[in-house]
Amino acid sequence: MIRTALVLAGLGLGLTAAMADLNPVVERQQTMKHVGAATREGAAMAKGEAAFDAAKAQKIFKTYADAAKKMPTLFPETSKTGGETTASPKIWEDQAGFKAAFAKFEADAEAGAKATDLADFRTAFGAATKNCGACHEAYRVKR
Amino acid sequence: MLLLRRLLVTLVLLAAVALGGFYVLTDPRIVSPAPEVGALPAPDIENGKLLFAAGGCASCHATPGQEDRTKLGGGLALASPFGTFHAPNISPHTRDGIGNWGVQDFVDAMAAGVGRQGEHLYPAFPYTSYRLIPPKALADLFAYIRTLPPVEGRAPAHELRFPFNIRRLVGGWKLLFFSGGSFRPDPAKSEAWNRGAYLVNGPGHCAECHSSRNAFGAIIPATRFAGGPDPEGKGFVPNITQDEADGLGKWSEEEIAELLKTGFTPGFDSVGGPMAEVVRNMAQLSDADRAAMAEYLKSLPAVATPPRPQAK
Repeated sequence: MIRTALVLAGLGLGLTAAMADLNPVVERQQTMKHVGAATREGAAMAKGEAAFDAAKAQKIFKTYADAAKKMPTLFPETSKTGGETTASPKIWEDQAGFKAAFAKFEADAEAGAKATDLADFRTAFGAATKNCGACHEAYRVKR
Repeated sequence: MLLLRRLLVTLVLLAAVALGGFYVLTDPRIVSPAPEVGALPAPDIENGKLLFAAGGCASCHATPGQEDRTKLGGGLALASPFGTFHAPNISPHTRDGIGNWGVQDFVDAMAAGVGRQGEHLYPAFPYTSYRLIPPKALADLFAYIRTLPPVEGRAPAHELRFPFNIRRLVGGWKLLFFSGGSFRPDPAKSEAWNRGAYLVNGPGHCAECHSSRNAFGAIIPATRFAGGPDPEGKGFVPNITQDEADGLGKWSEEEIAELLKTGFTPGFDSVGGPMAEVVRNMAQLSDADRAAMAEYLKSLPAVATPPRPQAK
């Protein structure tokens, strides 16, 4: 009984340690990779290189909306440097603006999810992806 | 005793001659004569507008903190190792901007780095690149700027450390690092290549950021387009030569043109920092012009990225 409890406690400790080790830098870079991959698919449809697929379009905007929700939580004070981060110090100087940028991205993505034809998709996709450059311009140091 | 006095007099004379020589050689009109404008046909305002976008004028001269890119009140602070520069008002305001300037004044500034009072301009203003724009095109750009709204107010004076605050020294800098002259096409290359070379090296002034600089703030020719530390001290500007490792070696011409239009890399990352603004400017050019820039960039030899400075 005691042994089980000890083992469980040990596991719990190990788990917490693992959680703390989960590098937010890696996680946000991973999240952005997903966004990039979704944008690749979206761009192909918008340019007519791939056939328009409403389900795929929904998935792209869902990826955006999920990322927009998750990203602002991945910048704790402890993650200003390390792991080849290109995060600008401005993120922590201007948390309000940073969060507002993601709120706008999320809103644009949710509006886009309603697109059912190619023309609407193009407009919504263009509007949503404008956020990429706007946010990188203000909050990322890499060009 | 007599000998010593003679020696002293000789030294003083030599110093005076050297100083006089420096003074003559660094005279703005001598070290950097501007092309004579002469008589020009009526300006092509549309061409001026295109050059305004390609040159990224608004990126530095638009009044910060407002959306209108045609309000050229200046005031943007540009950090550098020499101190802080403040982009001046270049709106057509007669008192605070360039409303009283003539075409020749504008050409003097753009092609020779000489201000209206005959003073040297600091090369934070990239006349080192703009000088490639021929006088006729500069007159078009000037005519376009004159159609924009006059904005009141002057930017603060530059805040430069001694001795960089002595403008005359820019004359010495020009002696060492500046050569004038408009773009000369290479007849052996295609028309598109020449157009691209002109846009990239002239108005686009890409090399001004995508290169490394020496202790005097001049581009090190061997690192031209190979990237370097951000002159403003934030991050590292990428290599845009054909280097395979971190340049554009693996990019197609279409991919380069796409980045200039939409800001997306082939891996669908979106460029940030000051390049986001550059993309907004380049997006206003024609597809043909962006393709020409891509063709030229693809023709650049691969140059390895200069070593990155150690992180602080």
